[in-house]
Amino acid sequence: MRRYFGRKIFVYVLTFFAAVTINWMIPRLMPGDPIKSRLARASLSDSAAAEALYDYFNKMFGLDQPLWQQYLNFWVSLLQGDLGISIWNFPTPVTDLIMGAVPYSLGLLLPSIVISWFVGNWFGAYAARSKWLDNTILPLGYVLTATPYMWLALLLAWSLGIVAGWFPAAGSYGLSLQPAFTWTFIASLLEHWFLPFLSLFLVALGGWAIGMRNMIIYELESEYSNYLQALGAPRRLVRRYAFRNAMLPQITGLAVQLGTVVAGALLTEIVFSYQGLGYLILQAIQNQDFFLLQGAFLFIVIGVLIANFIIDVVYVLVDPRVRVQMQGGAK
Amino acid sequence: MRNRYRFLIPLALVSLLATSCAGDTEGDGGAAGDYPRAETLYTGGTQWGPPSTWNPLDTGGHATGTVGLVYETLFLYEPQSREYIPWLAESGEWVDDTTYELKLRQGVTWSDGEDFTADDVVFTVEVGKYEASTYHNLWEWLESAEAVDDHTVRFTFSQANYAQWANWLYSNAIVPEHLWSERSEEEILTGANEDPVGTGAYLYETHDQDRQVWKKNEDWWAIEALGHEVAPTYIVDVVNTSNEAALSQVLQGNIDMNNNFLPGIAQLVQGGYQVQTYYPEEPYMIPANTAWLVPNTTKAPMDDPEFRKALSASIDMDEIVNNVYGGLVTEADPTGLLPVWEEYIDTGVVEEYATPRDPKVAKDLLKEAGYEDTDDDGFVETPDGDPIDLSLIVPSGWTDWMEAARVISESAAEVGIKVTADFPEFNALVDQRNSGEFDLVINNERQISNTPWTYYDYMFRLPIQEQQGTTNFGRYENEEIWELVGELDSIPVEDTEKIREVAGKIQRIHLEELPIIPLWYNGLWSQTNTSVWTNWPSSETDNNYLPSTWRGYFQLGGILMLTELEPAPEEE
Repeated sequence: MRRYFGRKIFVYVLTFFAAVTINWMIPRLMPGDPIKSRLARASLSDSAAAEALYDYFNKMFGLDQPLWQQYLNFWVSLLQGDLGISIWNFPTPVTDLIMGAVPYSLGLLLPSIVISWFVGNWFGAYAARSKWLDNTILPLGYVLTATPYMWLALLLAWSLGIVAGWFPAAGSYGLSLQPAFTWTFIASLLEHWFLPFLSLFLVALGGWAIGMRNMIIYELESEYSNYLQALGAPRRLVRRYAFRNAMLPQITGLAVQLGTVVAGALLTEIVFSYQGLGYLILQAIQNQDFFLLQGAFLFIVIGVLIANFIIDVVYVLVDPRVRVQMQGGAK
Repeated sequence: MRNRYRFLIPLALVSLLATSCAGDTEGDGGAAGDYPRAETLYTGGTQWGPPSTWNPLDTGGHATGTVGLVYETLFLYEPQSREYIPWLAESGEWVDDTTYELKLRQGVTWSDGEDFTADDVVFTVEVGKYEASTYHNLWEWLESAEAVDDHTVRFTFSQANYAQWANWLYSNAIVPEHLWSERSEEEILTGANEDPVGTGAYLYETHDQDRQVWKKNEDWWAIEALGHEVAPTYIVDVVNTSNEAALSQVLQGNIDMNNNFLPGIAQLVQGGYQVQTYYPEEPYMIPANTAWLVPNTTKAPMDDPEFRKALSASIDMDEIVNNVYGGLVTEADPTGLLPVWEEYIDTGVVEEYATPRDPKVAKDLLKEAGYEDTDDDGFVETPDGDPIDLSLIVPSGWTDWMEAARVISESAAEVGIKVTADFPEFNALVDQRNSGEFDLVINNERQISNTPWTYYDYMFRLPIQEQQGTTNFGRYENEEIWELVGELDSIPVEDTEKIREVAGKIQRIHLEELPIIPLWYNGLWSQTNTSVWTNWPSSETDNNYLPSTWRGYFQLGGILMLTELEPAPEEE
């Protein structure tokens, strides 16, 4: 057991180190210079000032040092929990920006993934036994999963948001409000949350439903089901076994999805101008904000690693085969 | 299966709570408030990222309204009437050739209750002594600034650059000495200044990722001193998301005034929606800056004036104005000067030296200068026989400019010049532009101002640096013209006759050499909705102030626009 987790943890640390290094490297390989474009946007009237300011900012962000030094500095401040200051949104610390965005992304993605997982699985399992559902809901599911996401999101924003006017098509809460724990504010928050949520929910729903339906059909036609049926076991029992077996891959799927949850839903947040992590990442790329990009990617890396670790643990608990394997290895 | 549903409700609730709590930390405390629609002005189009700094001395990243609504300048300059309007200063005059005396307004207070005095002005000017200050160059020709008494400041210059000084007086905001003098250099230059204390018409209310909210300052000095009262109690400035979002928000009346380029706005103005622009018909917008085609004059064949003229002559401006912009812009004057500087344009010089836009002229110019198609590929070669293949860069995603670049490339091809339009990312473009590694680029980095000097400085500034950050991207070296630009700077701003004379000399050289090619006047993009606020600036009414929240535009009369707004009559 200890060896199993020891080895896992070693691999995780190694992955973390490599991923973070790549995160640090990639933005620096992009063409252009973030300080120059920051100054270009400020459209200064005097070029001598521009030169002095360039040096000043370069020094302030430590970009005047040799690359190896920058890399070392990066690890030193990272280990102290300091992600630096955003260039795009100067002088806000990257940590503040990310912390401000993460709840919005989580609030959007967690429910959409979890609810679509439950509903999708339920539909899928049901569809496997009902001709009628199989012929109506399932084709819809295929269409939904095959729809280009951007298109679906725009369609929703346009139809329910702009044409019907039922929901606001942009923003995270009403422009005339201040965040506060009042019903007006929460209502506004919900209103703005609904469309992006719905778009994510619909797309994920189809995938889960199809997966579950196929698994159940496969399980119901497998040898053990036939055997159980031949023994005269009640249909409910057969189905429960089938369902349990069909759940395993779906659980893995869910865990993987949850791992990427912190990455935010880039497209959703852009289409609905929702102020989550995805929006931040886009801005960081466009403005070549090294520090914000590193910070956001770091978050994703950590998220994925944690999720993977949890899968490892859950498998030990859920899947007897892994347990057996582990004990075999421990001997 | 039944128990599975029980998961859903708490999960959904928890996630919602998470989002609402997050929102809670964003705001700056304050009571739960919403802003009554009838008293709130919604603006958009200036802020491209979340508001993050309220430092008026920072390089231009400050939240929309920081300068203008909160911090104020000594003068305003109203370009439509060409008037300097005394603001924090009551008057200012040159007492001799190199001494300028400023009388400050009495009874002005900072929003924390302290008096505004000469010390504040001296302190602000002296911030320029820091090398990384945006107006550090002021101290190359300013010797000292001293407070004579509480309301008089005397400036002594080693060299009087009248035009630049007049420009400084209305572009730079004054900060309170009593709060800022304790700050470090770094804090003064780049600190976020989260709790801005100014003299202006508005106070900081709150902000979030996608908005900035200002609240009316009931104790604003101008209410009593000048009888000006700003109409909206709240101003909510919305961060830009996309043109599409902005357009629908203006149409629905969720944003009262939007200041970015919305293609197709002309149809909406004509279509009887409640959408207005400054002019009710073409060109709809006030010309705000000139878009230039900048050739890199250090590279062949762009180092040849005849070639540059031929290139300029080939451009089909009608196509750009009518088809790319749908009539929202106008072709620039051959000198490139904005209509507000009309009186400084020497029409005689223009008539004699300007190259007409005509493909025939372009072809003739090319032939005379020895550019011929020797290898029969349809494109001319240099007199030395080298092939010409130029690339014209504009930022990727700037769709109107991308279209215009395509038109330029096509019309150049018609006379035999090979120009390929190329669309690098903005950052990469800045890199190439500043270091001089481009052939042709479109640029418009100077705005309306009190003097054409700002344009000539942009076009001809010397010496050429390794990195050209803000001026003379084409690296055109001509000592003679740069001296004339200096001369222009040292003429008192009232002496229009003399300015015109020197400007005429500059225009002659410019048109003869054409180191930078004027294309069109970008509009002061502004679309307003009349459902909540009326009496917007318009050529049809008495409110002629510039309808803009762009940086630097509140001082150009934008703040006065706010005093002219009127609430729309109650729902019909």
